[in-house]
Amino acid sequence: MEPFLWLLFSAGGVLSALLIPALLFLFGLAFPLGWVSPPDHAHLSAVLSHPVTRVALLGLCVLALFHWAHRFRYALYDGLQLKHLERAITLFCYGGALTGSAVAGYFLLAVP
Amino acid sequence: MKVEYTQFHPRWYRPRVPVFWWLRRRSYLLFVLRELSSVFVAWFVVFLLLLVNAVAQGPEDYRRFLDWSATPGMLLLNVVALCFILLHAVTWLFTLSPHAMVVRLRGRRLPPAVIGAGNLVAWMLASALAAFLILG
Repeated sequence: MEPFLWLLFSAGGVLSALLIPALLFLFGLAFPLGWVSPPDHAHLSAVLSHPVTRVALLGLCVLALFHWAHRFRYALYDGLQLKHLERAITLFCYGGALTGSAVAGYFLLAVP
Repeated sequence: MKVEYTQFHPRWYRPRVPVFWWLRRRSYLLFVLRELSSVFVAWFVVFLLLLVNAVAQGPEDYRRFLDWSATPGMLLLNVVALCFILLHAVTWLFTLSPHAMVVRLRGRRLPPAVIGAGNLVAWMLASALAAFLILG
């Protein structure tokens, strides 16, 4: 199981590093501060309704969440010396990632 | 020497590590900050899904999302998040993977600098594609 989780962590690390900086810069800073004018609803809606965009964003969400789960689990173990809470931490991290993935799947694939 | 059962257990050697051990050295602190970057990766997923949901709901909700993302609290959170995301991206693409990835070309291992340069190109292409799709 551990190698598989490590693979998800690693793939999520790469995808997050490649895609999140640009997306977060635009939607978190550039649009709110008015540096760049945000796209209108019709355009963004068209981009998001394309199947390729949806699958790509779902992949990003799922892998990024498992990246978080794996890394945060070890941050709690080592950073805060919580090795004795192993079961609860594992459940919280991977359970959170699974739940988040299901929510992402619902928002990206089920909602028209 | 006669070996026999004893009810006395030898004492464990377990040095106590203080909770804030990672404040002692710059490299330790950087390690913990890199690990904490994952929290902001998860925050970005939440932010992205809220955006996707707002766009799906219609123009009114999308406008409300844009207004909400311009409130001081959200701006502050996203500035901090972007700093951590950049720390993650820079360390992952240019420090970690060039040394972790073994790419062989004609039987020879590519030097880490070449892989780092390849990652830089991939990063620029991915960012340009995202910006092009969003800004149209």
